[in-house]
Amino acid sequence: MLDFPRWRVWMLNTLIILGVLFAIPSLLPVHMRDQLSKFVPAPAINLGLDLAGGSHILLEADTSQLAETRLEALEDSLRTAMRRAEPQITISDVSRADGKLSFTVTDASKVDAARKALIPLTSNTLGSRDWNIAVTDGNRFIVTPEGTGNENALDQAMDTAKDVIDRRINALGTLEPTIIRQGDNRIVVQVPGLDDPAALKALIGKTAKLEFKLVDEMADPDQTAKGKARVGSQVLPYPNNPSGLPNIAVRRLGGISGDKLVKADPTFDSQTNEPAVTIQFDSEGGQRFARMTQQNVNKLFAIILDGQVISAPQIREPIFGGVSQISGSFTTESANALSISLRSGALPVDLKIVEERSVGPDLGADSIRRGVLAAVIGTTAILVLMFLVYGRFGMYANFALVINIAMILGVMALVNATLTLPGIAGFVLTIGAAVDANVLINERIREELKRGRRIVQAIEVGYKEASRAIFDANSTNVIAAVLLFIFGSGPIRGFAVVLMIGIVTSVFTAVTITRMWVSRWVKRTRPTELTI
Amino acid sequence: MKLLKVVPDDTNIDFLKWRNWAFGVSLLLMIASIGLVATKGLNFGVDFIGGQMIRATFTQTTAAPVAELRETVGSLGFGDPTIQRFGAENQVSIRMKLPAGADKNPEIANAMAEKITNKLKADHPDVRIDGVDSVSGKVSQELFSKGVLALLAAMAGVSIYIWFRFEWQFGVGAIWSLMHDVTLTFGLFALTGWEFDLNIIAALLTIIGYSLNDTVVVYDRIRENLMKFRKMEMASLLNLSVNETLSRTVMTSVSISLPLIILVLFGPDVIFGFSAAMAFGIVVGTYSSIYQAAPILIWLKVGSHSFVPTDDAGSKAERIDDNFGAKP
Repeated sequence: MLDFPRWRVWMLNTLIILGVLFAIPSLLPVHMRDQLSKFVPAPAINLGLDLAGGSHILLEADTSQLAETRLEALEDSLRTAMRRAEPQITISDVSRADGKLSFTVTDASKVDAARKALIPLTSNTLGSRDWNIAVTDGNRFIVTPEGTGNENALDQAMDTAKDVIDRRINALGTLEPTIIRQGDNRIVVQVPGLDDPAALKALIGKTAKLEFKLVDEMADPDQTAKGKARVGSQVLPYPNNPSGLPNIAVRRLGGISGDKLVKADPTFDSQTNEPAVTIQFDSEGGQRFARMTQQNVNKLFAIILDGQVISAPQIREPIFGGVSQISGSFTTESANALSISLRSGALPVDLKIVEERSVGPDLGADSIRRGVLAAVIGTTAILVLMFLVYGRFGMYANFALVINIAMILGVMALVNATLTLPGIAGFVLTIGAAVDANVLINERIREELKRGRRIVQAIEVGYKEASRAIFDANSTNVIAAVLLFIFGSGPIRGFAVVLMIGIVTSVFTAVTITRMWVSRWVKRTRPTELTI
Repeated sequence: MKLLKVVPDDTNIDFLKWRNWAFGVSLLLMIASIGLVATKGLNFGVDFIGGQMIRATFTQTTAAPVAELRETVGSLGFGDPTIQRFGAENQVSIRMKLPAGADKNPEIANAMAEKITNKLKADHPDVRIDGVDSVSGKVSQELFSKGVLALLAAMAGVSIYIWFRFEWQFGVGAIWSLMHDVTLTFGLFALTGWEFDLNIIAALLTIIGYSLNDTVVVYDRIRENLMKFRKMEMASLLNLSVNETLSRTVMTSVSISLPLIILVLFGPDVIFGFSAAMAFGIVVGTYSSIYQAAPILIWLKVGSHSFVPTDDAGSKAERIDDNFGAKP
């Protein structure tokens, strides 16, 4: 039990040194750490936003809307495919009700041709089917989403959304955001040091989906006011409508979307001098824009942002350069925000903010300062008490405790963990467990000495008997930590991570390391008397 | 060097003598706690009920004007605020329900926070906004159910472990004393009206961890003594076990309480409830290991026979006999 081969001593000492070394960067002030990281990799613990201050925003995607968008896209490509088929296939009664796309092939003899044209649209790049095709009544097609199609689409959309958000926040400047996907349809954005997230929210909360559609000039204003549109048209809100109506009817098809932009900049309207945004299409988008404007001179076209019409100017002449200007009650800030959003691309899915937390830097700094002070005083008190009660063995326990704290910090830095307020609770618990382990061992040694055992034997039995309770107590904590990690949400997981790391280092330092020191002392001095 | 003895040698306190009284008192306290939680309710933070919380410090004022704030914030037309001091006298948290439609449109929540903070800044130039939390109804429900689930899973998991490592009675005793500690802590929060948020769940978990640690130590000694003193009467055996581990219990509780008491007194105000809960839990957890977890074993008829029949226990007994066989 007290026998420590040389290789084990070496291994344990190496572990101690490594643990302490990795803790050092986290304990240094930031500017020194930055200096250090120029020479050697210096991983440090991240402080959670509750301690360091900053903003946390949780965004959730509207999944139903995504399914609808997918269905719309399928309808678009279906119509194109049928029109382009040789010979052309006429379809009617197209419906997107109940998450299905259904349509009738007017000429029943073309059902097979229609199916042939449809198949490439309904399978994905991997060759498996995203949609199921069924034909009823001889010529009515019903296309339903199948398999993981919707999930894959969501997955892709969330990945794209993450990139878009990243680009948008980077446009704000020197922030260092953490953007991670959470679950199926959520994205967490954390920005340390930013305590007023208003600008951030204005930027990431907007989908920035830009569309150009022709105004339905044949629409009956009374029907439009009631929100009813003719076949092939839709009614959209139009807050700045010069006619005074709150909405306007636009043609569903034949428009172009604003996702083919190469540039978007804030500017001022040359006539009214109001803030505006200039956009430039890429070559394909520019050609389509030119074609649309050419074919519809003197008509009105609506500029639609996130489902809301921002203006509906008249096309006076075809626009060939692919450059256009969007104006309509912008402020300088909103024009700037819109151009950033347009530049970084539209979000593929609407995101809404479901949780938002911001902590001012003063409160966070105060928390850390007073938290550290309390931790230092508390730990010192424990160290003094341990020394007074257990003497030499108390000092062993104290050294082990200090190394334990360093090792927890070191491992946390190594795995890039974040220390939060609940994490501090985990810290307190593991330090408690480490102290308790040494108390158990030392009390047991005392007991065994009292029973008349010789010193070496008392130490051996003390370690052995105490180890059982230590093992059980720490096993229960490991079980709790694992369950918490599985079932808990963010802050509780922070607690669990610290607890898991802490249990391992606590047992290692409080039992293994102290035993090594005690055994060396016993071997060297062959004590005949032991005060404990 | 003369070392400090936290508990004199040969201490023999008849703890178990008061076990019925202690059990009765505990039961009453638990019922009272449940009653308090049921009638008065817990002061849930926005984490668990959704809404918006603005934390503010009045840097030049000794005491925050809570009554005035209630009036002015209430007059903004977003409904009545819940205003509380937290930590220092000059710090307040202002809680609002999220306005209707805020789940669909975050702008509404933004506008509310902005209006309130602007009003505060206009009325009180010395105010410092320390943080704004907005949690939607959906997320708060998730946080709540996940918190409860984590708590229950942890309690069940460790009790099952104890059941496997000891005997089923010990598992029952462990889960009972955990329920005791958690219930009383809930009662404390209902009584004081301290805000109950996600951090308090972490505090509860710490209490569970500590209380269990304590229970395991006492149980381990009981198991050992059950195999050593086969003829001893159960109450005396429990007393012996508690007394033998008493100096360890005192030493560990004192060591852990020290930093917590310091955290309560000097620690950050934001975590006052959190530190106070943990300090309270240490006391309750220590008590419950002695007065709940141990006596339950008598009522569940644990005796020296509990460890003989199974092979597993037999081999354990043998192993320990080996150690004690080597008399000096």
